[in-house]
Amino acid sequence: MDKAQLIAIIWNTIAAFFTISVFSFMYKDNFMYKIAESIVVGISAGYFTVLLVWTSLRPKFWEPIVNDHNYWYLIPGLLGLLMYFRFSPTLGWLARYPLALYIGIGSGIAIPLQLQTFVLTQVKATILPIHVMVDNRINPEGINNFLIVVFVITALIYFFFSLDHKGIVGRSATFGIWIIMIGFGASFGYTVMARVSLLIGRIQFLMSDWLPIVK
Amino acid sequence: MSGHSHVRNGLPVILIAGWVCLACAIRAQEPSPGALPPAIQTMIDTTAPIAEPVVLRIAPPALLAAVDAPNDAGKAIDLSWTVSPDDRVDGGVTAYRVYRSKEEGNGFVRIAELAAGTVAYSDRVQQEDSAEEEAPPPDAAAPAVPTADESHPFEIGVPYYYRVAAVDTTGYEAFSATAGPVRSIPQWYHSGKTPVLVLVLVFFVLVVVLIQMAKIRGADMYIRPIAGISEIDNAIGRATEMGRPILYVMGLGAPEEIATIASYTILARVARKTAEYRTNLLVPCNEPIVMTIAQETVKNAYMEAGHPDLYSDNMVFFVTSMQFAYVAAVNGLMLRERTATNCYFGKFYAESLLLSEAGNIAGSIQVAGTDEVAQLPFFVTTCDYTLIGEELYAASAYLGRDPLLLGALKAQDYIKAIVMLVIFLGVILISFGNEIILNLVTVNL
Repeated sequence: MDKAQLIAIIWNTIAAFFTISVFSFMYKDNFMYKIAESIVVGISAGYFTVLLVWTSLRPKFWEPIVNDHNYWYLIPGLLGLLMYFRFSPTLGWLARYPLALYIGIGSGIAIPLQLQTFVLTQVKATILPIHVMVDNRINPEGINNFLIVVFVITALIYFFFSLDHKGIVGRSATFGIWIIMIGFGASFGYTVMARVSLLIGRIQFLMSDWLPIVK
Repeated sequence: MSGHSHVRNGLPVILIAGWVCLACAIRAQEPSPGALPPAIQTMIDTTAPIAEPVVLRIAPPALLAAVDAPNDAGKAIDLSWTVSPDDRVDGGVTAYRVYRSKEEGNGFVRIAELAAGTVAYSDRVQQEDSAEEEAPPPDAAAPAVPTADESHPFEIGVPYYYRVAAVDTTGYEAFSATAGPVRSIPQWYHSGKTPVLVLVLVFFVLVVVLIQMAKIRGADMYIRPIAGISEIDNAIGRATEMGRPILYVMGLGAPEEIATIASYTILARVARKTAEYRTNLLVPCNEPIVMTIAQETVKNAYMEAGHPDLYSDNMVFFVTSMQFAYVAAVNGLMLRERTATNCYFGKFYAESLLLSEAGNIAGSIQVAGTDEVAQLPFFVTTCDYTLIGEELYAASAYLGRDPLLLGALKAQDYIKAIVMLVIFLGVILISFGNEIILNLVTVNL
């Protein structure tokens, strides 16, 4: 066994230890899980701190000011510094200004974008011909389009909060929530398959990479 | 005599030779049938390949038009032309070459070579990152193979002249007329996004009007009961009876995301209740700024409830930004603190099932709400109550009965009614071949 193989075995054993430690949570909370949890939380917090310094603080603040002499960047830098005033009992109110700016600008960007992508694009995709003729014969595509339109409208009625769900509105809303649940069921099944494949991946690692049981 | 006869005999030969020389000299001054006119030759960059002797004549492209690209940051000029009459299967055109100059008569440099059949080209600022490219060329379907000359980059605001040449197999270039000058100008308004502007304005007006109405009518404005919302209060009461803490998870969304903003409002309501009932509240955060805003929200709620002394910064704490490390920590917290009620409101991704399944195993009452459609099935299957999509936004209005929130919720209902009407009319019209509604809602990016 050469050095590289030995190193691979050591690292695979460490990885296998953490995989089994996390899996042990399925039995109950235990000491091994706590060790794995503490290490992954600590390492990830440290990793993201370093990542933020190198991907955000340096390229977006330090380098534009120091290298490019673009002093406009001092303004967001100052607003960022105001965030730290929240540790001061007397000047803590200063921290609200950058937060207000951040939320305000974020909402301003998000609202038109949401209306564009989740309203107009969806409306456009729903405006479909329900009467499709091909070679003077009714095409089944028209039936599909009709179903899409009905499902969208009934699902929208379910999310209508100003009217009580009674009578025709109630029946439409009930039909709408059934359609939504059918959609959820399909999505659930699809994702479960993806999660099972993740589990298979970890078991393959344990059985094949770590313990050469399965070749 | 003999000398004279020699002269007499040689004169015709001299005359013929002189005529031939004169004809050759005159011919040398004239352009050859295949050569370009001198005026055009001066417009062509000397670095461009020199045309080979002409074998086949082709006609140039016509109707060259150059216009500033609309709805952009002044980074492009759009060219269009009609193809050469010789641009056909059995014709002689093999490509089109686009030339650009800052002067009308000369200094033209080749900026692109395009496949035969191409009728448009967009001369634009070269993108450093192709992913940041704003829009495709006007005729994206055309077999365009731009070979822009990087030594002559496009400059914003500079007036340019353009010519397009049809090229044949020998390299002969038949030039179109010059188009220009055209200057690229950044636009303040993106006319393709007018439907978005109209919708935002309609929504804005509706929100303002309905907020005023809500202020006048107060809590009389009707909102239908939503099962999951009323259960939040019951769940808080249950935690108080059991003497165990309440866990409030805000998801992994950014602070400015709408689901996260809705979550702040619900958190304020939950925090007011926990302050009134003196129940312990735990809010582990995945994002530092979300944590800061959540701390302010909870602090305000405790002050409004008249119990600022019960508030502690340790209630709202940062765990880590890494998704699954965050899940590991929160799952451990659920089991060790034995939380009686778990609330999940905000933006959730793959961690939704991992969190809610752990809470389900721990026997906690769970109420969730998210607008992330892919995660809703997991909350529906593992939680006691789930707020689906917009119910999350409605929750804050329903709980608070605040005129601001009530008015906004009513405005959303009106927008939904308008959307349903537009869909209905659009479907009817398009079924009869009329696309007027479809065009009205189309956003041209």
